[in-house]
Amino acid sequence: MNPSKKPYSNFNATMAIAKASFRSIIRSPSAVVFSLAFPLIFITVFANIGSSSISVDVAVAKTCDTTGPVYNALKKNPIVHLIRDKTTAQMATSLSRGDIAAIIDIQKNNSRPPYTLNVKYSNASAQKGGVFKSLLTTISYEINSYGNNAPPAVTEVRETTIKGREYKYIDFLLPGMLGFSLLSSGVFGTAFVFLSLRLTLVIKRFFATPVKKYSIVLGEALARLVFSLLGALFIILVGHYWFGFTLIHGVVTVLNMLILASIGLIIFMGFGFVISGIAKNESSVPPISNIITMPQFLLSGTFFSVTAFPSWLQAISKILPLTYLNDAMREVAFEGAGIGDVTHQLLILGAWFIGIYAVAVKTFKWE
Amino acid sequence: MAEKPIITVKNLVKKYDDFTAVKGISFEVYEGEIFGLLGPNGAGKTTTLEVIETLRDKTSGEITVDGFNVETDADEIKQVIGVQLQAAGYYPNLNLSELIKLFCGLYGIDKTPMEMLEKVALTDKAKSKYKELSGGQKQRFSIATTLINNPRIIFLDEPTTGLDPQARRNLWDLIREIRDAGTTVVITTHYMDEAEELCDRVAFVDGGHIIGIDTPNHFIDELVASGFERKKQVKLANLEDVFINMTGKEWREG
Repeated sequence: MNPSKKPYSNFNATMAIAKASFRSIIRSPSAVVFSLAFPLIFITVFANIGSSSISVDVAVAKTCDTTGPVYNALKKNPIVHLIRDKTTAQMATSLSRGDIAAIIDIQKNNSRPPYTLNVKYSNASAQKGGVFKSLLTTISYEINSYGNNAPPAVTEVRETTIKGREYKYIDFLLPGMLGFSLLSSGVFGTAFVFLSLRLTLVIKRFFATPVKKYSIVLGEALARLVFSLLGALFIILVGHYWFGFTLIHGVVTVLNMLILASIGLIIFMGFGFVISGIAKNESSVPPISNIITMPQFLLSGTFFSVTAFPSWLQAISKILPLTYLNDAMREVAFEGAGIGDVTHQLLILGAWFIGIYAVAVKTFKWE
Repeated sequence: MAEKPIITVKNLVKKYDDFTAVKGISFEVYEGEIFGLLGPNGAGKTTTLEVIETLRDKTSGEITVDGFNVETDADEIKQVIGVQLQAAGYYPNLNLSELIKLFCGLYGIDKTPMEMLEKVALTDKAKSKYKELSGGQKQRFSIATTLINNPRIIFLDEPTTGLDPQARRNLWDLIREIRDAGTTVVITTHYMDEAEELCDRVAFVDGGHIIGIDTPNHFIDELVASGFERKKQVKLANLEDVFINMTGKEWREG
């Protein structure tokens, strides 16, 4: 008995594959680790390193007076970190090692001047010592002029600081981490899935059903796209709410970032298709994938700007697609650019798209 | 049984780069029978099946499956056949019920996973992964996926290889049920006792040629009539009968 004939739907078949693939991805530990856990760990670690401003450790001698105005001014200063729980011997060792910038010993005098500041520096910590030195000078100057209550003898400094946009390290780091997440999901994920589907004859079994080849590729791509975009959204939200990642135009910026993420992922999947075609077995996927992902990870401005590299390295950076994705992401997220403002980057990504898929079509194997 | 051919293969030749796997094979499979393709490894059985299944292009010859031409009507043929591949895996990380749903989508058929798993007595494994199944359960699951589109013909490539005697018998019962429900079954095997027990007709394939095609009984009678005698006196039972008798016929899961 034949079931009532209804026309075969390629759309339904594509969706069935997308659904199966999505389920499979979210249950695969490596996909979740590479796309979500690693970027978030990097963000947590590096955002905290990046946000710590200068601090100067200063030991307080046992004989130091801790009641006067100088000591109080030092205590209130956000840069100075006063250490009081060390013995005199420990202080001396720390200073000679450069672990602390200085040892301070404030003496209260019965004659004028009422306070003498005895400070010991070390050339093991010359830089921080210098910072502390100028801090002390400023503090002394302020206290002295306060005591005089007289107009300044030569110059008077009038300072104003305008309120600018604070560029935090997270604003640089997060787009790079998104790029890393998309790169690893696109390259490793795609390469592994298609290779293993081919080797375990899953694709061959699919071919014994009426499904079309493009449905298989489209379904897989769709699943990976949805997974990666959800991952990207999660990273952006965690970055925004926990680490203060700047989203200039709010939701619009997020949407623009997701559009860029899709473009990036599609290109990186092209590399995955190529690898799945040239890899002989599953153990040859990681080395080939690393050849493609590591240089981009290191040279595309994931952690620090490519301008920090010597010019010959910058030349290599300027070839890699991730450099342009990161660039475009940062323009969109921090500068508030729209998709139309990053056409230069998109054009180069477009060239990569054409190039990599031309190779993928040649190298991809169905069985 | 009315001998109405459902598969017709005429002078099938399949060449790989420098090697001819199938060298002009012709045979017919009748509707409603269990047809066995027998022969040593490398004889061309799997290649022949895969050409009929539209998974491989033939070099020359003519094949019709349920009235459709493999060359021009591959899509129509895929709708009416069910295929179990030798040593094929399934989509990773999915449980049986999700795999059945996937295949329903691929075939464009609305069926519930339970309905399919019931046919092969695997309803209690609906939430298990394919790789967690025993050998016999894996084969029965594979057969369930071939039945989703209510096929006219199913192809089973060495379905009992590696199974213990109980699991093998269990699978034979399942295959016979499928045949009795009106589906034609084409099977390959290395086990002659299995072919003798299960197949309505068998074809011997060797070196890319068919060297004989008939019912198992007729082949045996012919050989006996030619004066063949087994060296060892045939007893009324064999060691497998002893094994089944001692360990019980019930099939053990796991």
